[in-house]
Amino acid sequence: MIKDFFKTLVANRKSLAGLIILAVLVLMAVFAPLIVPYPPKSDRSEKSVLIEENRGDPETLSVDTPSEDIEKSIYTITTTQKWEKTIEYFPLRAKPSREHPLGTNHAGNDLLSQLIMGSRISIFVGLATGLFVIVVSLTLALLAGYLGGVVDDVINFFTNVFLVIPGLPLMIVIGTYIPMRGILPIIVILALTSWPYPTRLLRSQVLTLKNRDFVVASRVMGERTSFIIFREILPNMISIVMSQFFFVSLSAILSEATLEFIGVGNITVVSWGTILYWAQANGAILRGAWWWFLPPGLLIALTGTAFVLINFGIDEISNPRLRKR
Amino acid sequence: MKYFARKFAMLLFTLLVSMTINFFLPRLIPGDPAQALIGRMEGVEPEKLESIRAAFGLDTQDPLIVQYGKYLVNTVRGDFGISLSRFPMPVSSVIAIALPWTIGLMGLCTIFGFVIGSTLGIWAAWRRQHKLASFTVGFFTFIRSFPYFWLGLCLIYVFAFKLRIFPLGGAYSIDEVRGSSNWWLSVLKYGALPAFTITLSSVGEWMLMMRNNMINVLAEDYITLAMAKGLPMRRIKYMYAARNAVLPSVTGFAMQFGFIVGGGLITEMVFAYPGMGYMLYQAVNAKDYPLMQAIFLIIAASVLVANFIADIVIMFLDPRVRDGSK
Repeated sequence: MIKDFFKTLVANRKSLAGLIILAVLVLMAVFAPLIVPYPPKSDRSEKSVLIEENRGDPETLSVDTPSEDIEKSIYTITTTQKWEKTIEYFPLRAKPSREHPLGTNHAGNDLLSQLIMGSRISIFVGLATGLFVIVVSLTLALLAGYLGGVVDDVINFFTNVFLVIPGLPLMIVIGTYIPMRGILPIIVILALTSWPYPTRLLRSQVLTLKNRDFVVASRVMGERTSFIIFREILPNMISIVMSQFFFVSLSAILSEATLEFIGVGNITVVSWGTILYWAQANGAILRGAWWWFLPPGLLIALTGTAFVLINFGIDEISNPRLRKR
Repeated sequence: MKYFARKFAMLLFTLLVSMTINFFLPRLIPGDPAQALIGRMEGVEPEKLESIRAAFGLDTQDPLIVQYGKYLVNTVRGDFGISLSRFPMPVSSVIAIALPWTIGLMGLCTIFGFVIGSTLGIWAAWRRQHKLASFTVGFFTFIRSFPYFWLGLCLIYVFAFKLRIFPLGGAYSIDEVRGSSNWWLSVLKYGALPAFTITLSSVGEWMLMMRNNMINVLAEDYITLAMAKGLPMRRIKYMYAARNAVLPSVTGFAMQFGFIVGGGLITEMVFAYPGMGYMLYQAVNAKDYPLMQAIFLIIAASVLVANFIADIVIMFLDPRVRDGSK
């Protein structure tokens, strides 16, 4: 069923374009350590060169013969190597050059390396939040839609309550209170504010499907609930689940960048958001350093566009009216 | 009436939830929150420490539930405590300075965005095969996946730094006498770039919404009939299609008013526009917790109230809701 869904997705031009962009970005993130020119937090390049190798001849220092059968010798082998270590500190806030195609930041870190490495955090946080939220939302939606009664009332009520509480200010306030170590806190904060919308959408989809004839028929035939849920309801929800996954991932990437930009979040990690934070903190605009703040935003936008394109495709697949006449 | 009562109860409950989150957040930090917060700030005078404790209701030995009650009463009365970054100014006065700027800027932008976006949406749906129409849709979709603040940075770079047409930030010229006609002109000039950013990022939303509604409406039988009858295209476009397609956008518009206070937060931060967003930015950076929490609460309250109003508007517009079936 998932295979069929991806087949249709690839057949659609827009979603194919989105999938390709996303694949390239994910590959870049996965192989980041291999393709970066320098370590992202390094402010220097170190080179050690052997300039003189002077292997002296073995020299016998002493020979001692305590008896006829034994000879004890003490040798020294002098190996003198002369090395020259060159530490070249990168220039601070440098313009793009051959060594640093996107220049360097205030700490002398190579910006291209930071950009490539930063894709790891940004894309991982986006996709992880999307996955986490979708699993939670789908579980809640199935529980609510399938168990009904009090469970449905409670889940629905809390979904509606948290749906209307504005997410961004809440994220900022929570983010300022809890200590930001690693990237787990930011995923939790993003998930905490983005579960209500997909939950509500998925729940109503479960409710609709539950009353479809083929599901009712299975129930009358006495099929097990697990069979109905996993074999009849879920396969029909793939497109909405996937589009919600990409939607949540998109807003997670944007929100993460926003939070990091304003300094809520772990500013010690290297991500697209934190590059922008440091760019702003160092007045990149007033220095005219477009190479500092432009590329991270473009990459965020590119990732976002990939998600939007995929969702456009999903929309066209599930809503034929939107297709071109 | 039952509908109204239910929605009103929901409004009160969501407000209560927001206030409760606000109350418990500082208490989730282990130990004495005031002390923990002080640890992050350097060189804090004792009176500030006291005001932090007072702001969180920590200066008493009352049980939690009594603290909670006092907090609710104070909040409802508009007493948010003392600002730490602008000590000893009450938080409510700080907000009173910021709020008009935000409402002025965002109010105008919300209307601009809605009008421009919906008009574009009607056009994009009507001329669906047109190259320019699909380009416009693509363009705004692309814009929508931009981080807003970054869009603002780029505009500042081009229009304020390179071309020097607009100022780099702020909301008015400090050289003019406040209230004079020149001062008002400077307000327009300083507001142009942030307004453009906010409008640009919201136009896409309205356009896509209107376009999708319009496409759905255009597939209806009565449109086909109207065309078969040979009615003027203009009439079909505006009176038959757009008129019905705009209804969902109108409720969206009503709800959007709730985001007037909180919708431009990041744009304000980028442009150093002295509204609620910039105030929040400063509060976050200065660890001014009372101010930060009050801003969150006010944003939440305005969204919740606007949602409530939108629900009431729907009640008047949609007979099914009005008659109480659902």
